[in-house]
Amino acid sequence: MSVVQLQGELGGAVRADPRPRLRSATARGPRRGWHRWISPLVVVLLWQLASVLGLLPARLLAAPSQIAATALDLVRSGTLPTAIAVSLERVLLGFAAGAVAGVGLALVAGLSRTGENAVDPIMQMLRALPFFGLIPLFILWFGIGETPKVLLVALAVSFPLYLNTFAGIRGVDGKLAEVARTLRLGRTALVRHIVLPGALPQTLVGLRQSLGVAWLALIVAEQVNADAGLGYMINDAREFLRTDVIVVGLLVYSALGLLTDALVRLLERRALVWRREFLAR
Amino acid sequence: MAARVPGPVSATVSAQAPGAVRPAATVAATAVATAVATVVATVRGLTRRFGDRTVLDGLDLTIGRGEFVALLGRSGSGKSTLLRALAGLDEEVEGGLEVDGSVAVAFQEPRLVPWKRVRDNLTLGLTAPDPAGRAEAALAEVGLADRARAWPLTLSGGEAQRASLARALVREPGLLLLDEPFSALDALTRITVHRLVLDLWAAHGPAVLLVTHDVDEALLLADRILVLDGGRLAHEWTVAAPRPRHRDHPDLLTLRAALLSALGVTPEGPA
Repeated sequence: MSVVQLQGELGGAVRADPRPRLRSATARGPRRGWHRWISPLVVVLLWQLASVLGLLPARLLAAPSQIAATALDLVRSGTLPTAIAVSLERVLLGFAAGAVAGVGLALVAGLSRTGENAVDPIMQMLRALPFFGLIPLFILWFGIGETPKVLLVALAVSFPLYLNTFAGIRGVDGKLAEVARTLRLGRTALVRHIVLPGALPQTLVGLRQSLGVAWLALIVAEQVNADAGLGYMINDAREFLRTDVIVVGLLVYSALGLLTDALVRLLERRALVWRREFLAR
Repeated sequence: MAARVPGPVSATVSAQAPGAVRPAATVAATAVATAVATVVATVRGLTRRFGDRTVLDGLDLTIGRGEFVALLGRSGSGKSTLLRALAGLDEEVEGGLEVDGSVAVAFQEPRLVPWKRVRDNLTLGLTAPDPAGRAEAALAEVGLADRARAWPLTLSGGEAQRASLARALVREPGLLLLDEPFSALDALTRITVHRLVLDLWAAHGPAVLLVTHDVDEALLLADRILVLDGGRLAHEWTVAAPRPRHRDHPDLLTLRAALLSALGVTPEGPA
């Protein structure tokens, strides 16, 4: 910096190049990332050590090496891929149904007072219900097949999406709505160009929340009664004290959760470019 | 000659006094005046109440075609209320309001739609043929040709305000309403945007109603200066000095003193 300043003062038309600063900033990134891996690795090593020394019996928690070997076996035998496919299908179906319901109801409630009066009180009441507590009723109503599991996911997904989309629609800047009026936009154009894009950031927050809840709801639903899927695999392992299989199942759950979260973040970056470029300045 | 384009004519009458039945029809009928070819906006007996506070009290105003009018007034005097009524943003005004041709507005804050690129902000709601071409031309006129694809949040204050002006002018309005659009700009930017507004006004010839609290701005730009006080237009001056004007023009200096005293500001210097 000082050299650049000096050159500038000596009369040369040298502009302070902002790039070197940027480069040093990015150079710091990976190094910090590397440091952040130390403590988790130490924990895994201690865990392995405790298992080898017999301090941690396998019936309580299997050794990391054992868990890795089991994961490989489960993949080779096809047990894990099948279980993942079944669970993923439940989440996707439930999520799709819940998203359509949540966003649809938010549009009805958000875009008109009549809609709000019709929809919002009911949604606020249902929201107060502990939805995991609904499982006994769901079993009575829908049996123990796929329906109650998918519906539980759908129910869990719909509330964060409803609440956030509704708040997003109502939070759209009234000044922009005035602009739309002075630009002679009709009702449909107002909704399309101002209201929906304005509500999108909040809807995406709801999307991330709802995906988190979707996996949670699936785990609970699969614990209760299942004959396939990750939850079934975990429950089955409990019967045989296979803590290694249980941990593999848990790791897969969290990996899938992280994966869907990353997908939403990707979507956010694409949908909210207009904001990202501003924040990056 | 006077093609009566149905502008945002809102003559809403609301009976607020409980028990008192108001003859709604008579108010509406007497209020709307006939438009002459040289008149672009006519306001008759415009009244606006907020609760029991009367902000506009039977205000009359006529704006000629292509005329540049500045509206001054102390804060809270109802300047913006009048502008919002003319823009068709206020449905609770009483009285007559007629605008011949279309109205466009540039607000105090540029109010660009942040998720639309600058060019798409201009074409939003634009029904004329070749909207994209018109938008590009309008942006070139305000010196933003290279920012057409930029996101509004990346513009500087001056750029955003110019884009907002371009968005208003691309609609070729008969009446351009400016709601203190220069007040948030720094002094240097304000000078260039003042010049730009005069150039655009000369090139496109819309009538302009500029709401401002800046006496010098009114003196530099307007054909006619109005002072709003007590819910009515209390004072009116015609500014004959040729443009471009300089602040120290003797006519303007005289007018400035008169304006300041009309606004309740005591002139500086020994009494």
